[in-house]
Amino acid sequence: MSATVLFDVPGPRGRRRQRIGSAIGLLFVLALVGLALWRLGINGQLEPARWAILFDTRTNVPQRLLGALVDTLEVAAVGMVAATVLGAFLAVGRLSDHAWVRVPVAAIIEFFRAVPLLVLILFCFLFLPRVGISTSAFGALALGLTLYNMAVLAEIIRAGILSIDRGQSESGYAIGLRKWQVMTFILVPQAVRRMLPVLIAQLVVLLKDSSLGFIVGYLELLRTARSLVETLNFQFGPIYTFQLYVAAGLIYIVVNLLLSLLARILERRSRRDTKAAATGKAELPADVQMGGGGGV
Amino acid sequence: MSFLAENFPLIRDAFLTTLSLAVVSGICALILGTVLAAMRVSPVPALRGLATFYVELFRNTPLTVVFFFLAFGIVYVDLQFPSRFITAVAALSLYTAAFVCEALRSGINAVPAGQAEAARALGLDFRQSLTTVVLPQAFRTVVPPLGNVWIALAKNTSIAAGFAVADLTALLQRLSNSAADELALVFVAVVAGYLVITLPSAWAISVLERRLAIVR
Repeated sequence: MSATVLFDVPGPRGRRRQRIGSAIGLLFVLALVGLALWRLGINGQLEPARWAILFDTRTNVPQRLLGALVDTLEVAAVGMVAATVLGAFLAVGRLSDHAWVRVPVAAIIEFFRAVPLLVLILFCFLFLPRVGISTSAFGALALGLTLYNMAVLAEIIRAGILSIDRGQSESGYAIGLRKWQVMTFILVPQAVRRMLPVLIAQLVVLLKDSSLGFIVGYLELLRTARSLVETLNFQFGPIYTFQLYVAAGLIYIVVNLLLSLLARILERRSRRDTKAAATGKAELPADVQMGGGGGV
Repeated sequence: MSFLAENFPLIRDAFLTTLSLAVVSGICALILGTVLAAMRVSPVPALRGLATFYVELFRNTPLTVVFFFLAFGIVYVDLQFPSRFITAVAALSLYTAAFVCEALRSGINAVPAGQAEAARALGLDFRQSLTTVVLPQAFRTVVPPLGNVWIALAKNTSIAAGFAVADLTALLQRLSNSAADELALVFVAVVAGYLVITLPSAWAISVLERRLAIVR
């Protein structure tokens, strides 16, 4: 249903009313922003000198923030690769003809989707060292992200495999391929390709979730901002706190927006691509996009 | 087991905190998300733009960052939430509302155009056709996605633990220091606490879905 069915195209009087209303609304929003900026100004948060620290290489701030961005991307990349590989295996396992493979794999997938991601990460961080598996904050975060996302990706890839035309596997069997050959050479490559935009969208979710490293003390962007604030407070007093927090938050948002854009471009391209056509609507369900634990 | 029995009041309080966090933010997010969804299909371009901006911004912001700003950032514009709990509710509601809006919008798009056309033909205006014809049907079709958003929200409440709200996950961190030997048991209890919320929800959603589904 297109939204335009819901209302008539406004006439000249309606358009004028809308324009006046929009202008008043805009003024109101601007007033709010102005009020916030004014309060910031009164508190001295807008002084250029305070913001200059973000670009002042002598204080090590830009280097640390850049390093934190790299660390954040690193943990997300490790998690993404491991989760995709394991997710593909789990997806194949869940489609197995043998109940002794299918049932435990389904149980694993459902369990990891049902537990909050933060609890998984804390499990890796607090519990595994107790039973003799030492994990750094990086390891715990990467492992937690992997365990959760492999379950989500397994479901996505499974949906991808099931969506492939039956003729593909039938012709695979017809030319004498075995079951595992049909799966690895015919179905999984097509499924991954078909699901590529969704996989990228999941990377955005994963990157968002890497911010949970803040809670277990992994030096991702937010935690780095926090630790920078502590060092700088020690040197200069608490005058750079707000600026550093804003910088860390903004970097997260900008990187995520860029990745979302990439996902959208890929989706548009794959829709144009005849081989990967019939993707239908390749979008993550809203609950998966929320991160931190999808549906049960 | 006796360990769990000893700490039962702690666990119960933590569970109730998690539950109330989820319920209160769920209601707020539902209201805000519905308003946003209505804005996204409204005749006024400025409202559409504002809602789109909101959704894009919050969908691409980690929940931890939202928490972080509400907990540490807004003091710089001289604002302050009365309590940690309310900070957490605000963060969860603002974040989840974007996803509620997206789920609802997909539901509104799933309502056949004929329904809205018929409403318009009867002479209902935008507000009337939205509230009496389109949204009621949209809500029924989005029961599964909205339910999943609710479950995700229930799990996302765990992030509040990082910002000094004494929920189940915070209990985990607290007991991991004092009760190192019983840690496995604590984990089981905490996971069970979340499952007590999510599993019945999943069941209720599937029942509701079957009851409310519109056969087209």
